[in-house]
This record gives sequence, structure tokens and C-alpha cells, in this order.
Amino acid sequence: MSALALTERRADLPAQTPPLAARGIVKRFGEIVAVDHADLDVGPGIHALLGENGAGKSTLVKTLYGYYRPDEGELFLDGKRVEIKSPADARRLGIGLVFQQFTLIPALTVAENVALFLPDLRVVLRPDDIAERIRETAVRYGLAVDPAPRVGTLSSPEQQRVEILRVLLAGARILIFDEPTSVLPAQEIDALFDVLRKLRDDGYPIVFITHKLPEVFAVADMVTVMRRGAVVGTAPIGAVTEDELVERMFGGVAPHGAPARPAAARETGPPVMELRAVTSSGQGRPLVDLDLAIRAGEIVGVAGVAGNGQQELCDTVVGLARIRKGERLLFGRDASRWSVRRIRDAGVGFVPESALGQELIWNMTLEENIALGSPRRFSRRKGLALDWSGVRASWRSDFAELGLNLPDPRQRAGTLSGGNAQRFAVARELARRPGLLVTLYPTRGLDVPTTAAVHELLLQARDRGCGVLLVSQDLNELVALSDRILVMRDARVVAELDPDAADAYEIGALMTGRTG
Amino acid sequence: MTALAASWQRRGSYARWFGWALLGVLAYTVLILIYGKSPLHAFHEIWSSTLSSKYGLQDVLVRMTPLLFAAMAVAVPARVGQVNVGGEGQIFAGGLTAAWLVLTFASWPSWVLLPAMAVAGMVGGGLWAGIAGLLKARGWLSEVFSTVLMNYIAILAVSALVFGPWRDPTSSNYPQTREIAHAGRLPHFGGSRVDVSIVLALAVVAGFDWFLRRTRWGLEIRAIGGNPYAAGRNGVPVSRYVIVSMAVGGALAGLAGMAQLSALQFRLNPGLSPGFGYIGFLVSWLAGHNPRLIVPMTFLLAVLASSGDILQITQGLPSAIVNVLSAILMLIVLLGRTRTRPA
Repeated sequence: MSALALTERRADLPAQTPPLAARGIVKRFGEIVAVDHADLDVGPGIHALLGENGAGKSTLVKTLYGYYRPDEGELFLDGKRVEIKSPADARRLGIGLVFQQFTLIPALTVAENVALFLPDLRVVLRPDDIAERIRETAVRYGLAVDPAPRVGTLSSPEQQRVEILRVLLAGARILIFDEPTSVLPAQEIDALFDVLRKLRDDGYPIVFITHKLPEVFAVADMVTVMRRGAVVGTAPIGAVTEDELVERMFGGVAPHGAPARPAAARETGPPVMELRAVTSSGQGRPLVDLDLAIRAGEIVGVAGVAGNGQQELCDTVVGLARIRKGERLLFGRDASRWSVRRIRDAGVGFVPESALGQELIWNMTLEENIALGSPRRFSRRKGLALDWSGVRASWRSDFAELGLNLPDPRQRAGTLSGGNAQRFAVARELARRPGLLVTLYPTRGLDVPTTAAVHELLLQARDRGCGVLLVSQDLNELVALSDRILVMRDARVVAELDPDAADAYEIGALMTGRTG
Repeated sequence: MTALAASWQRRGSYARWFGWALLGVLAYTVLILIYGKSPLHAFHEIWSSTLSSKYGLQDVLVRMTPLLFAAMAVAVPARVGQVNVGGEGQIFAGGLTAAWLVLTFASWPSWVLLPAMAVAGMVGGGLWAGIAGLLKARGWLSEVFSTVLMNYIAILAVSALVFGPWRDPTSSNYPQTREIAHAGRLPHFGGSRVDVSIVLALAVVAGFDWFLRRTRWGLEIRAIGGNPYAAGRNGVPVSRYVIVSMAVGGALAGLAGMAQLSALQFRLNPGLSPGFGYIGFLVSWLAGHNPRLIVPMTFLLAVLASSGDILQITQGLPSAIVNVLSAILMLIVLLGRTRTRPA
């Protein structure tokens, strides 16, 4: 690889002090290191911060903005060390952040929302004055906004323009945009880029977060790549290629330690689950006309940048999201209208990321959580009693067989560590002997041994003839475990790959929509 | 969190409880002093007039019945995260339907009439609260608002009936119905003022405790209470539980209305409940919606309510002063809880 420009950090940076610099920033959330000794120089121009979801981009800029306090590291403004303890500090120092989720108050008008942010707000408001200032700045940067209407009535592109305006009017001189294109429809993105360019030409240093490669090349002057919390390279745009950036983002590592797929597993059985032209309803990114089949005894991996419909896919399979059009078949039967309960009873298991918050009830014991997962199996006298000795028998046989040796089934789920809770959650579902297991980021945030244990459980399930839907962001995990890999983008399946033939680089390119 | 840290936190929370309780008693004492009375006398009066006399004890028990039902009307929905502020209205709704039944079918024998009245009261209160549950489950309206507003409707509906079509022509000055048939009156223990409905109330509390701990549905209710989102992922039909728990709560409040009518008042009138629904709300929250704590909490508040009248008569204190004490108790509980600071 010839990414010299990437490896030599700041090789082409101007010699003078950058307006804003971060050195050795570390931010931990519990045991997870979200930002790991990151350095960032924000100089003149548009500086793209590129990385997968969860790479630490947002967390890094939020520490620049005082939204998070870094655990280690220093910030410099014009070469002078500064302490930014709160967003108010950041604003006073001239740092403005345009959030990914808007922070406007829907019930107030545009002018009132802007006024809330003004540092020199008078006690008695002068609406005409504020409206005039809005219009002036709006015209200058091409931010078409009417000060009068309530923010709640505006579209997302309009709301974004209001966000930008109020950061500008609040006197920011360094602008940070947290994934600004994620809330925009395609045709609005160019308009945003025009605004960014005008701001740049007026001398604003700009940080622009994205995970989409074409956007980096469309608008940025500099690019910094983050992976797993660390900055893995910085370079001027002219000095890098798309391939090099993909390589950096995903590590481009060859599959390692892949558990051997027994040949028998390749001869998969009949489909256990089928989605036929399914359009789902619900929040987020509903599926549109999606087809998917999972056969008995195969692991179908789903790759994609978070927020491209993976959550909705899992919700649709397990019945949490309703199907508006199309059909869902489970074990050969039409299950389009089945409830979550019925789907689970039919033999579908589900393991989300961080099961402790999403699937286990933390203040109930492990036994109670087991019974809750299979109420039909452990009910006695039509539900008037529960078969606790049956639960304990299952604990001794099924769970032990799955290699889960936790000391006490009567401990509360909330007392388990994150890793043990996740292993317990997987085992709890597998003990039900499901015909289909749906897992959404099952190993995110887990340490290496626990990840290996979860992988082992998934492979065991597959070898027992269970169909597995594995949604993951860890491409190595997908390549190592999957029998087929699907790539999702914009709530659609854009490619199907053979894991033996695919590499992380190719999948990454498909995920980010790299051209060519 | 380590066990040691947890134990320290617990110790801290006990200390805080104790501190707030002390402060509450102090505040109450100061209040009585403001009225120029002796706090010691007042506390002694509360004791001697309620617990240490036969009549006083009966009065406490009679007050406990509607409070137990009203507290359960709050506790059952609260276990699936619903805040039922409509116990008062549900008592009136249940009283109304029970009254309709007993006035319409006055000739039925007691062994048919009494169970039928109980069922009618449960249906009235249950439907009344079930509406609020349905609105909530559909995502249309918070049960907090709907239950509060429906209180007014139920109470005014009873007023409208007893001022109008149901008015007893012989008691011209009072807005109330005719006396209900003797067959529709609940029996009392011996010659006492205490009627059999208290047994039913205690059975309901014990039954709910058993239900929560032992049955499959209790497990699912506790799961929803722990984390409704996770419970839904486990296949628990959360919105169905919301509707049913509201309806069951309302049905229990309706039983309180039926019992008031059938055991004590014998006529439906706008004074069917002097705020039992609201005190029941207080009881349930004080007890943390735990059936095992609801009985002692009900007892405590029944003592307070009963002593209000006594203090007025013997000490010349306004009877509302016990409401102040109840409110202080509530504050202590709220302040004593482990708090999460707003971010």
C-alpha cells in the first residue's frame, strides 16, 4: 500500500498554528474506549472526519464542543491551551457544533430559536432586529430561511439551515458539522456543500463528519480517518485515493482465525424464514420491497453502515415492526401478521446488542429471565404456576451444554457483567432450540474471549440446523462466520457475496457506496 | 457496582429517609404550635381516639376497605408503568352501576343481588378505566390526563342522576337516591360497623401478591415494570397488559364504590367518596405499589384520616391538618427515593 501521505501525519499541513488543535484526547464510557489518544488539527478549509459508525468521530468532536469532558488530552485554541467544560464555554470561545439530531425547539419560531442562542440577547426582545440579522446572514451564505414560521413546521433540510444560522449568529468562528448529510435527501446535499464552500471562502475552519467517501471527495480539503476510536491518518485530499481511505477505515485485514465451516453446513436445508417484497412500517428506515431468505443451517451475514435499515430488518423478522406490504414466511407458513409472541413460540430467537438493556430484565433473576423467554414451555396449570424446577433443570442441562457456567441462576441479571449478560442472552435463546436466530450486533463492545464464546455459540446453533441472521459491523466477524454476506445500504440489499471470495475492502466499498 | 458500594449507597439512602422523616415530624409539630396547641397532646389524641378504643378501631377498619381497593386500583396499573389518577372517578362509576342494578332489580334475593352488584360495580369502574387504558395503548392520550378528566365526568354524572331522574322524591332537600333494598346490603360483623367487604379487600391484595409472584402473567407484568421495551422483545404483549391492568384497577375501584353504597350509605349521592381515590393513590405510591406494603400503609393513612375528625372536635384544629401530615408523608417518600439527577 502506498499511502505514505496518510501515514505521515500532518505532512502537508501549513506551518502556522491551527486555530483549533486537540492532542491525545481519550474518552471512555465505562469499559469502552470511545476515543483513544486522538490528535486533530482544525486548520483553514473543510476538514472531513471519516470513519465507520462507532469509530469515535462524534465523540471526538463532542469533546471539542464541551459536550463530553475528555478523560485525557488537551485542547488548544490559536496555540493557547484552553479548558472547555461545557458547550457554553465552547460557544464563548467561538466553536459551533451543528448536531446530527437537531436541538431546536419545535414550538418556537425560527427567530425565537435563533434568539435563544444569541450571546448578546437583550432582556426585551426585538423580533425585527433578529429577523433582519437572520435574513442578512441567510442571503450571504445561501441559507434560505424564513424567520417567521414555527420550527416544528419545517422540513429537515430547513431545520438544518436554521441550526447552521444560529451557530453563525451566535458568533462561532470554527464550525463543526456532525454527519450533516445523514438528515438530508440526496438532492439537498449539493446545496449544503455550496453553503460549506461559501463558509470556507469566508475563512471559517470547518470540520465535516461523514462515513460516505464520495462526500469527502466532493467537498473536503483535508481528511482524517478514524477507526475504533483512534486517528489512523490525516492527509490533504489531493494526496489520497478512495482505495486508500477504504483500507484505512476498515483496516483491510484478512480474515483471521476463521472457524472452519464444515462442508456439510453448506448443504443447507429449506428456508426457515423468507421475506417476500416486504415493505415495513415504523420509525427509522423502513424496508422497501426487500427480499430475503434464510435456510436451515446457514449463517447469513448482513453488513452495512449503521442506520441503513439493519435494525428495521431484524425488527421486521421478529415481528416488532409491522409489515405493510409483502409476506413474511416462517418455517413455510405465512407469518405476515404474527405477533412477537407467536413468532417466538414458532421457534425464532433474538439477541440484540447489549441484551442487558434491550432484552433481559435487569431486576429479575436469571431464572425469571429464562422463564420469561419461554413462558409456554415453563407454564404449569395454564399459567397459574411456573415450573421453576424445569427452569433449573434446563439451566443444568441446556445451559451447561452450551458452555455457560455462571455460578448462580438466582442472581439478578443486572449483576452480570456486560459480556456475561450477552453470553447468557445468547444461551437463553439457544436453549429454546430455535429454528431461526436473529442477532443484531451481538458482539459489539465485548472483549476478545467473550466475542469468541459468542461466535462459538452461533456456530453451534448453525451446526444444529438453526438458520442464523447475523447483522454486524465487524467485517472480520462476518467473513469468518457467514455462509453468505449481504450488504445493506439505504434500507436495501445492494449485494450478496461469497465470504470466501470477498474481502473486507470490497465489502467496505459496497457499504459506503464508493463509486466504481 | 461492588457489593460494598451498594451497601454504602443503601446506608446513605436509609440515612436520607430518616432525615427527611425527622424533618417531616418537625414541620408538623411547628404547624400545630402555630395553632397554639400542644403537639404532644395532638399525637396522644390521635393514638387514644383511634387505636386504643373499640369505636376508634372500628372506624379505622371501616375506612380501610375503600382505601385498600383504591390503592390497588393504582397499584395494579402502576406495575406496568401506568399512572392511574382516576380512582375517585372509578369509585363513582362503580357506585353508579351498582346503584342502577340494585334499584332496578330490588326484588332479587340477597345471594343473587349482592354478587350481581359487585359485578356491576366492577364492570362500571373497569370500563371507565379501560377507556383510559385503551387511549393510552393506542398512543392517543396519556392515562394521567384522561383519568384525571374522567374523574370529573363520573362525579358529575352521579350528581346529574341524583339531582334528576334518580332523585328520591321523599327526601326533598337531599340530592340522593332512594334507599336500596335490604337484600342489597352487605352484612356486618356482629353488631359492629365493620362489614364483610374488608375481607374481600384483603383477599384482593393477597391475591395480587400471589399473582405477581407465582403466575406466568405476574412474571410478564414484572418484566414490563422492569423494562417495557425488553419485555416487548420477549414477546410480552405490552399494550394488551396496559389496557387490561387499567381495567382491572378500575374494577377494583368500582368495588369500593359498590361497598360504600351497599355497606354504609345505602343511597347513591355525590358524597359517595370523600376522596378515597386520591388517598388510595397516595397509599399506593407510599407502598411502592407493593401489595405487602399496601396493607400497613392503608392502615396508617386510615388512622390519620380517622384522627382528623377527632382533632377537630377535641383540639379545635382544622380537620384538614391531617391532610398536611399525609402530604408531608408523601414528600418524605419522594425525597427519600434514590434520585437520578437530571442530566
